[in-house]
Amino acid sequence: MKIIACVKQVPDTETQIKVAPDGTSIAQDGIKWVMNPYDEFGVEEALRLKEKFGGEVIVVGLGPKRVTESLRTALAMGADKAILVTDDALEGSDALAVARALAAAVKDLEFDLILAGQRGVDDDQGLVGASLAEFLGIPHLPVITKLEASEDGKSVKANRPVEGKTLVLEAALPALVTAQKGLNEPRYASLPGIMKAKKKPLEEKSLADLGLDASEFGTGARKLKVIELTPPPERQAGKIVEGESPEEKAAALAKLLHDEAKVI
Amino acid sequence: MAQGVMVIAEQRGGEIHKISNEVTSEGRRLADALGQDLTTVVLGSGVKDKAAALARYGADKIIAADDPQLENYTSDAYVPVIAEIVKANEPAVLLLGASSMGKDLSARLSARLGVGMAQDCVSFAVEDGKLTAVRPIYAGKAYAKVTFSDDSLPQMATARPNVLAVNEPDAGRSADVVDAPVNLDDGQSKAKVAEVVVDESGKVDLTEADKIVSGGRGMKGPEGFQVLEELAAAIGGSVGASRSAVGAGWRSHTDQVGQTGKVVSPNLYVACGISGAIQHLAGMSTSKVIVAINKDPDAPIFQKADYGVVDDLFKVVPPLTEEVKKVMA
Repeated sequence: MKIIACVKQVPDTETQIKVAPDGTSIAQDGIKWVMNPYDEFGVEEALRLKEKFGGEVIVVGLGPKRVTESLRTALAMGADKAILVTDDALEGSDALAVARALAAAVKDLEFDLILAGQRGVDDDQGLVGASLAEFLGIPHLPVITKLEASEDGKSVKANRPVEGKTLVLEAALPALVTAQKGLNEPRYASLPGIMKAKKKPLEEKSLADLGLDASEFGTGARKLKVIELTPPPERQAGKIVEGESPEEKAAALAKLLHDEAKVI
Repeated sequence: MAQGVMVIAEQRGGEIHKISNEVTSEGRRLADALGQDLTTVVLGSGVKDKAAALARYGADKIIAADDPQLENYTSDAYVPVIAEIVKANEPAVLLLGASSMGKDLSARLSARLGVGMAQDCVSFAVEDGKLTAVRPIYAGKAYAKVTFSDDSLPQMATARPNVLAVNEPDAGRSADVVDAPVNLDDGQSKAKVAEVVVDESGKVDLTEADKIVSGGRGMKGPEGFQVLEELAAAIGGSVGASRSAVGAGWRSHTDQVGQTGKVVSPNLYVACGISGAIQHLAGMSTSKVIVAINKDPDAPIFQKADYGVVDDLFKVVPPLTEEVKKVMA
């Protein structure tokens, strides 16, 4: 089975996000860049399928050179090779453009399955996976917590929890699956894995290599334009509910929620 | 020339889902700001009569795609039908709810239409004749105000559940209900729903819950959540959990609130034994009223809470459940 896992690099979730002086991007200093947590579930699932069915796992990333580090992490976990789509003209591209570039990078790879995170924990759009499936004309199984491939490796079943139900989705391969938390527990790269990863192939592709027109990418070509970024609205610390005993505090709180906040 | 506002309503089991009232109400406001009409679109099986009621929230026209194959949502079935409706009507604005269905549908639909998409927005406006939207990014650690390039039509966005004001229903309003053609064959391979497993009857998805009672490390174990289940039942809410409670295996992954879990926006969020790590606060900061119950007076959660109780949650929550029943009676 030939499996592609898409990898985005994002600021670690413990990062304090600050708006840069230009007002339309975030300040880059002090950011610890990591593999998007949801993409890590995708890489892990790809490796598990390879262990069961044999074949190959190719990780595909897009972005500046620093993304190499996350691709090496995936290689150290056990992926076989990596492709980095990197080009100065990509800087600032929106989800639609990113999906177009990824589609161009993978379309000729004769893959069976593509795994991606259900969203990046930076822009929170959740668009790239579905858009990539659309551009490749393949089914998309979204936000899934369990994945099973049929014995003949020709179809997949996936669980999608939604509103207190679990939908069991089924699709013929090739297909694209977006990973949700709960799908698996990603492995850590072992020391031998890290050593091996240094020798594994990592290929860089520019937009020209992919036969794409650079003018259709980057900030200027965005369909969704960013006017400004701002810090979140400040929430004022409210009142501390006083009382002589826990029971008194509970009674006072219930009264406040009913009479003042009017939420119960 | 693109003209008018179109919203996509949702149904579950043939009943109009409440996000439909939210997006129809917002669609009305945007249509008024543009001086244009509002069309609400519903897909389902046997939903035509129910759809007519959306006129009361402001729809001028209702388009119903009624077909047994549209009874349950899959993006593969819904995308070609809506894409056709959009092409036939050329709206200037296309608004959906950011429900589990809307998030998935909007993602693939935007790619098919080749337009920009703003996911999970918390407010909208019309400025110089164009749609602008505000959306939290980094799970709410920053807010982005966005708009669309001139060639990106319709201007497409989804609205976070529970955030937009719902219009007072006007029983005097009615609208024409028009049938849309249903042609599902777009030549693409499709995913299908093989089975539906009901986990817990009637449980609301956290992202759409009106009230949430959440527990963290302070719950001490899975059995600690029993008191939260009881409080949630009393107020008609759902139970959530912090990353550490989920990581410890006390609650299911689907219950996690935060940057690597669900971003929620209920009217009432009660955080019990949650210190308030940045990635948790990010996931619940657009809640309307936040209550924190924690014995550590220095817990960061108190900086975000409208009401704080500094005490042992196991001593506060059970009497709170009883008091809540009294005031709600």
